[in-house]
Amino acid sequence: MDWTLFALQLINGLTLGAIYAVIALGYTMVYGIIELINFAHGDVYTAGSFVALALLTLLGATRHMAAAGIAFALIVTFLATMLIMGTTGIVIERFAYRPLRGRQRLAPLLTAIGVSFSLENLLQLWMGPSPVPFPQVLPNPFFALGPVSIGQMQLVVIFSSLVMMLALHFFVQGTKLGRAMRATAQDWMAAAIMGIDINKTIALTFFIGSVLAGAGGVITGLYYGNVWFINGFRAGLIAFTAAVLGGIGNTTGAALGGFVIGFVEVMTAQYIGFQWAEVTIFSVLILVLIFRPTGLLGQQLPERT
Amino acid sequence: MRVLGRLLPYRTALGLLVLFLLYPLIDHNAGHINSAADAAVFVLLALGLNIVVGFAGLLDLGYAAFFAIGSYTYALAASPFYHVHLPFWPMLLVAALTAGVFGILLGAPTLRLRGDYLAIVTLGFGEIVPTVFLNLPKYTGGTNGVVGIDQPVLFGYQFGFNPTPYYYTLIAIIMVSVVAILRLRDSRLGRAWLAVREDEVAAASMGVNLVATKLTAFSFGAFFSGFAGALYVAKLGVVSPDQFNFTVSFTILAMVVLGGMGNVFGVIAGAGILYEFQTLFLVDLTQWSHGLGHAWGIPLLTKLDFVNLKFLLYGLGLVFLMLLRPEGIFPERRIRAIMTERESVATEIPPADVSVADARVADSHPPRGS
Repeated sequence: MDWTLFALQLINGLTLGAIYAVIALGYTMVYGIIELINFAHGDVYTAGSFVALALLTLLGATRHMAAAGIAFALIVTFLATMLIMGTTGIVIERFAYRPLRGRQRLAPLLTAIGVSFSLENLLQLWMGPSPVPFPQVLPNPFFALGPVSIGQMQLVVIFSSLVMMLALHFFVQGTKLGRAMRATAQDWMAAAIMGIDINKTIALTFFIGSVLAGAGGVITGLYYGNVWFINGFRAGLIAFTAAVLGGIGNTTGAALGGFVIGFVEVMTAQYIGFQWAEVTIFSVLILVLIFRPTGLLGQQLPERT
Repeated sequence: MRVLGRLLPYRTALGLLVLFLLYPLIDHNAGHINSAADAAVFVLLALGLNIVVGFAGLLDLGYAAFFAIGSYTYALAASPFYHVHLPFWPMLLVAALTAGVFGILLGAPTLRLRGDYLAIVTLGFGEIVPTVFLNLPKYTGGTNGVVGIDQPVLFGYQFGFNPTPYYYTLIAIIMVSVVAILRLRDSRLGRAWLAVREDEVAAASMGVNLVATKLTAFSFGAFFSGFAGALYVAKLGVVSPDQFNFTVSFTILAMVVLGGMGNVFGVIAGAGILYEFQTLFLVDLTQWSHGLGHAWGIPLLTKLDFVNLKFLLYGLGLVFLMLLRPEGIFPERRIRAIMTERESVATEIPPADVSVADARVADSHPPRGS
């Protein structure tokens, strides 16, 4: 076995896993609080890539600008995209999900699928049916790391994902709003009696999840150098698998699941064949659901509708 | 005779059936009959998915996977690919049974879980199946799929490329299926499906075996897609993995939901309406819009292509349907109550109009509606 190759794929898996982890957080937070699979989440992530692409083009950012110019363009793009996608998340929750909350399960799930499909097709109408090149504003030199090397973009992806995960962790665990979110997820009725505004807390959950997805979208655009309207469908499905693998409702689990799925994907691609990556991932999903439906770090879920 | 007696109240349905039987005699345009036969395939698919979604209340987002399995079963058993040429009629049943067996294989491990996990597992399965067919070119023909699939022969009559015999076969199969599905719905098993859909806990406490009940719904649904698959590829003559992507599952789901989940005739209407909507109406609408745009000098109208907007319209349609009329156009009697009534407040999900007062009185008076 070629260990250098293995180490190289380990780095690739870490990078890919970081992206899945960031998306999985949004799924797991929303599921934890209102028990809805927000199918539109993956498309919010891809919409983030598209918005960032539009903003970078608008700002005229290229690799040949001065470093300060690039930094400025990137910061503006990141903040604006996160804000726009967060708002989109709130709008989706307010108009598509909230009116159906508490209804029989089928209605909100169908709505979520409808929102996802609408978003995907809006993105297709906006930028066309083929992959669109994303401005490569950052150079991508490789750093030697013993026998293997790691790209600067990979470091950016891993580092920024970790920052987001840590920020979320401190927000959820350490702030009053985070405590409100946890309380609502645990027992909304008791939380309401304690004076927590349930609707605002749920909207906040969607906002944070979508902000993370938006940032993830910017990062992937920069990393891969192209974006495609259909990306969110696949990425969403895989990230949800990661969330289930980690234990749905558990943010640490979602992050862990993201990395595990990232490794599964690159290792399958390396040793079995890239065309089998999806098949392996969904087989993992089905196996997890059979043998450990609560996920790696999961909470106990009742086995009923 | 009892079956006939039960069907007599559906006079409109019988009238429409006569119209459908006469249709190829009235309209001699082969293209129209071809389109009607394709619509009939989707009617069959919608009837099958309705068992899963409409009767048992399970969300299957990968229904096209079973359609693919049925299609490939016939395609591989009756084509030059393996140099096997099994006869169509028995293979029709084999294809349906194969799809049904896969329904059991996928359902058995996953139906024990919460209903919404099923949605994501079926979505994954819907992705896996075409991918597997794509990735095994040695066994399934890969990207190119299987070509030269045998056409059915009935008592020496060659079906050939003429759509009319396929149309009549489909009408006949739909008729038999409708009677079978209606009988099934009223059987002990069918009533168990409806009970599970309406209240799992209550159904289970009345002695309904939840897993077995869901599993039969899942596999009966898959069974009908197998029928549809074999007929579809026999008529088309070719099969390839790209015919079964997520948009197919989504379209069938939209047909069932639009027509009215649980109502067999509503679902048939939903499938027919949506199929004609996408193949005829959107094309015509695009032409009218272009014509108007040229006549009035509005460039925007000449650029609109409504066929491209199809899936956006479906997506938005599904959202607005759920918000405004979740029971569909032709609702089944009981589904309206299920889809619009709020669950008791003592559930894990807060209702939309939650307030502190609700929470305080929740134990004694669960609030209904808004």
